[in-house]
Amino acid sequence: MSTVDPLKGYKGLARETLARLGVRVWSEVELTNDAGSVFTGVILPRSETFDDLHVVLKLKNGYNVGVHASRITGVVETGYKEAVYKIPEKDFPARPNLPKVTLLGTGGTIASRLDYRTGAVIPAFSPGELYGAVPELADICNLTTKKIFGVFSENMAMENYVVLARAIGDEIEAGADGIVIGHGTDTMGHTAAILSFMVQDTPVPIVLVGSQRSSDRPSSDAALNLIHSVRAAAYCDIAEVMICMFGPTSDRYGLLHRGTRCRKMHSSYRSTFRTIGDIPIAMVGRDGFTYLSRDFRKRDRSRKVQVDAVYDDRTTILYYYPGMRPDLVDALVEKGYRGIVIAGTGLGHINKPLYPAIKRAVEAGVHVVMTVQTLWGFAQMYVYDTGRDLLDIGIVPLENMLPETALMKLSWVLAHTDDRNEVMRMMRTPVSHEITAREPHNGYLIMQGGLPETQEWIRGHWK
Amino acid sequence: MAGSIDYREAGLIAGLEVHQQLLTPNKMFCRCPAGLYTETHDGEVLRHMRPTLSELGEYDGTALMEFKTKKNIVYLLHEDNVCTYEMDDTPPFLVNQQAVDIAIEQCLMLGCDIVDEVHIARKQYLDGSIPTGFQRTAIVGVNGRLPFRGRTISITQVSVEEDSCREVSDKGHLVVWRTDRLGMPLIETVTGPDLLTPEEVEEAILLVGRVCRSTGHVRVGIGASRQDVNVSVRGGRRVEIKGVPKASWARRLVHGEAIRQVNLLKLKDELIRRGFVDARSIEVDSADVTALFTASPLSFLTREGWDRFVAGEKRRPGFELGSGPFCVRAARLKGLAGTLAWPTQPELTFAHELAGRIRVIAGLDQSPILLHSEKWPDYSGWLAELRKVRGRLRCGPDDAVVVVWGPDEDTRTAVAEIRLRYIDAVGGVPNETRQPFEDGSTDFERILPGPDRMYPDTDSPPTRVTRERVEGLRASLPARPWDREARWDALGIPKNTAHFLIRRGGATLVEKLVAAGANERDAGFFVGEKLKFLKRKGVPVEAVPHERWVEMFRFFSQKPVLKEAWERIARETGRRPLDPLEATLSDLGLGDPPPAWRDSLLGVVAGAHTTGHDSSPGRLLRHATGLAMRSLRGKVPARDVIAILEVLLSATGGEA
Repeated sequence: MSTVDPLKGYKGLARETLARLGVRVWSEVELTNDAGSVFTGVILPRSETFDDLHVVLKLKNGYNVGVHASRITGVVETGYKEAVYKIPEKDFPARPNLPKVTLLGTGGTIASRLDYRTGAVIPAFSPGELYGAVPELADICNLTTKKIFGVFSENMAMENYVVLARAIGDEIEAGADGIVIGHGTDTMGHTAAILSFMVQDTPVPIVLVGSQRSSDRPSSDAALNLIHSVRAAAYCDIAEVMICMFGPTSDRYGLLHRGTRCRKMHSSYRSTFRTIGDIPIAMVGRDGFTYLSRDFRKRDRSRKVQVDAVYDDRTTILYYYPGMRPDLVDALVEKGYRGIVIAGTGLGHINKPLYPAIKRAVEAGVHVVMTVQTLWGFAQMYVYDTGRDLLDIGIVPLENMLPETALMKLSWVLAHTDDRNEVMRMMRTPVSHEITAREPHNGYLIMQGGLPETQEWIRGHWK
Repeated sequence: MAGSIDYREAGLIAGLEVHQQLLTPNKMFCRCPAGLYTETHDGEVLRHMRPTLSELGEYDGTALMEFKTKKNIVYLLHEDNVCTYEMDDTPPFLVNQQAVDIAIEQCLMLGCDIVDEVHIARKQYLDGSIPTGFQRTAIVGVNGRLPFRGRTISITQVSVEEDSCREVSDKGHLVVWRTDRLGMPLIETVTGPDLLTPEEVEEAILLVGRVCRSTGHVRVGIGASRQDVNVSVRGGRRVEIKGVPKASWARRLVHGEAIRQVNLLKLKDELIRRGFVDARSIEVDSADVTALFTASPLSFLTREGWDRFVAGEKRRPGFELGSGPFCVRAARLKGLAGTLAWPTQPELTFAHELAGRIRVIAGLDQSPILLHSEKWPDYSGWLAELRKVRGRLRCGPDDAVVVVWGPDEDTRTAVAEIRLRYIDAVGGVPNETRQPFEDGSTDFERILPGPDRMYPDTDSPPTRVTRERVEGLRASLPARPWDREARWDALGIPKNTAHFLIRRGGATLVEKLVAAGANERDAGFFVGEKLKFLKRKGVPVEAVPHERWVEMFRFFSQKPVLKEAWERIARETGRRPLDPLEATLSDLGLGDPPPAWRDSLLGVVAGAHTTGHDSSPGRLLRHATGLAMRSLRGKVPARDVIAILEVLLSATGGEA
């Protein structure tokens, strides 16, 4: 602890002032300002992003205030109490008759405790900590937890997927009845997609879960998501990679989405994950599961999991926009990219000036595939001449594969082969429903608010 | 008032937390309109709250209590007044700076020291009144003062915060909230515990209210201001009477709470005398006695009666209804005979304290909530039934009995809560938030939250308050209420009129009129009495822009004759508030004497003669003046008319 800065986060004037007055972060003080007001409280660490003029105090009544350093006329240190945080642990009760579930942590905070002074969130992760925070878990399963790494979801990268995939394989081989992966929600869809390729033939459910409201909030969705996901891992009959998150924004039930067909569709709503171009596999609630689809791989302990955790990250998505310049494509080729997923307009289109650049890319051995930025629907490049021209150039359409899923799959495929035909065969052969033969009519449902029938429906159902 | 008590001897102290909604077009952390109330909804959300662990790894007492209640929380949404922020599906936008400005104005009014950097905190509320589970709140100023009865009341802090939901219903395990009010900006003004009698509390509420109103930037009307009154007596603890809607309620509420605390302290002594010194010494056990009441005349204790209640109230499993089969549960309170009838508030006993906890925490709310051995209902066979219960519990003569009924799990929670309330009683007065009623009584609402449930809002950056900003607001700050009151008092404006002007915003208009050259006394009476009179008569004076009245007073100083026609001008202005006053006056033909007005008086005099009126000289003059002024008021000064009429009457009517 000796390396910890006693004036954590303070810079400039505020830092000089605190140093001169001989107090530090966690000093309990009576601080007087030039108006004669006395602030009794604790000096808090300051966020690095805040200015260098103010000292932050937590007052006795729990409020925080910032005092301008130049207005401080005196400080009396009455004590010093460094916050030492310990999440209370209770032994997770062992119940031999319940299934064994392993929770793998990647850094998302599913359960956590708040540092009341700074507002920082301290993750609860060990079974004991989780049991302290969400005691309901003990009624569902025997829980083992393993922290794989601690990164924010947006910092997850290919090397993390490899570690995660192998860990899943190990846990399954060690006899887990189901796997839960705690994950930040921002890139959960990407992770679910690539795990669908890296971990095949799983005999048990593999369930990714996170929260949209952090678990330090009383209204958090974290506990319920955790309960739903652990229940799904322990009991549901679906042996696939899935995402388990809120169905509606109300505390009602979770949905089990297929890993390759799921996308975060709102920056902050609880019910942000939606299955695109298909329906979710099941609902999970207090009383068990409601299977919505029959088309899934069933749980089967005798099946042997195949872990194929390889990648090539020289791949990217080009999100097409009108007027995109061809030199962008040339630059990618020049920089050594081996695979490009285009998210094209409509049925899978880009503008004509790009054609020569794409052609050069294909001739240079870059694998170029087409998806649609409409997210719903198929890349159908035979419909218009422009599409047929693109096929002639060598762009391969990926039907209704989501752009992010296509990127993840292309990265995985390119680690297996560089042969154009083989790459395209693998890309177009579905591993886990990333391409579906049919789009059910209820696979595309975006209700338009304001319409009388929608309003009627909303009034009668939990949002 | 029932019960008498010497407040000074009891060591009564009280303080206020006055909440005042601000007059901003938008809410505090989103762009929804503020002040748009709706009584219908077009969407519903169902949520639950979970407590979060405190710094020491403990659950906050209030939080835990509210979790124990296992409340299903429903929010009613209307697209006109809520967005995804209020339903906790979107993080906050940057804090409404207009609200911060108004809070700074309030601070300046009270001489507070304004904080240099405002930090938004979260204050946890798990009752569901705010969907996030916490209220966003921030201190803007500290260390202010309020002149009061020749001394000074300290102002601990002024904060700015978001308003909560309005409760629609609370039945069993389901509480329903309307979200229209949620997120509207409020200021909270907190006084020190410096008030010493119930009367002082009432007066201070009104005074703080006038300070808020003096900024001119707050809302008025039902629910726009609410106060929490903190009360304790010597040896007692702070109890917060929450959401007192009217100052006039405060007297009886504070009185009742003082009595309650004094009585609870006496109960504490009695419990200690009986050897109850800690939690372990309180023994409460219970038994399922459903079978003893299957044929009871108390139908609510029978399964059939319960089913009728559930059906009649439309209570649904998983929503209003708790878990488990119907159960009548009797609790034996070992050695506590006589404590259930112990007086607490005027007309109430300690059993009422238990009932409050059971209603809130166990969700058992069917009247009368509980029965007990010290006041069993009177019916034929009651003694036998009570005896059977006592027998079943193996009660000794020193034991008391409480009976509760409802879903089994809830009855167990209720029994646990009875024990906890007695443990609190050993300590005297528990820190509680209590709900006020108009009759002056209060009932349990929740355990009083501690500082542990405050923590920084990691979603909101701090706001720096520069000296320039504060000085800018200070420069345009309206006068403080006590300064206005003193000035007007010296001018002979009655206190009630002064208070009316400050409360209803008329003070600002008075000052505008004075700035435009009006005599302050005239302006004060005009706004505080005359406009009030016209409003009562149905003239829409509130729709008239202030500039119109300023114009009027400007005309008054140019042409004093117009003053005599103030009522006609004001009425006409109320009818056409957007027209410049010059046009209104011109259409009314006011301001200048009509041609040959003197000649017209001859006709008036003649007419006055023909009415056959009592023709004593004074009366005749008054009568003639009245007739003449009908057409000349606001055109010719009355005294000029009178002067001429006097001459004419004396010339023509010498015989009268």
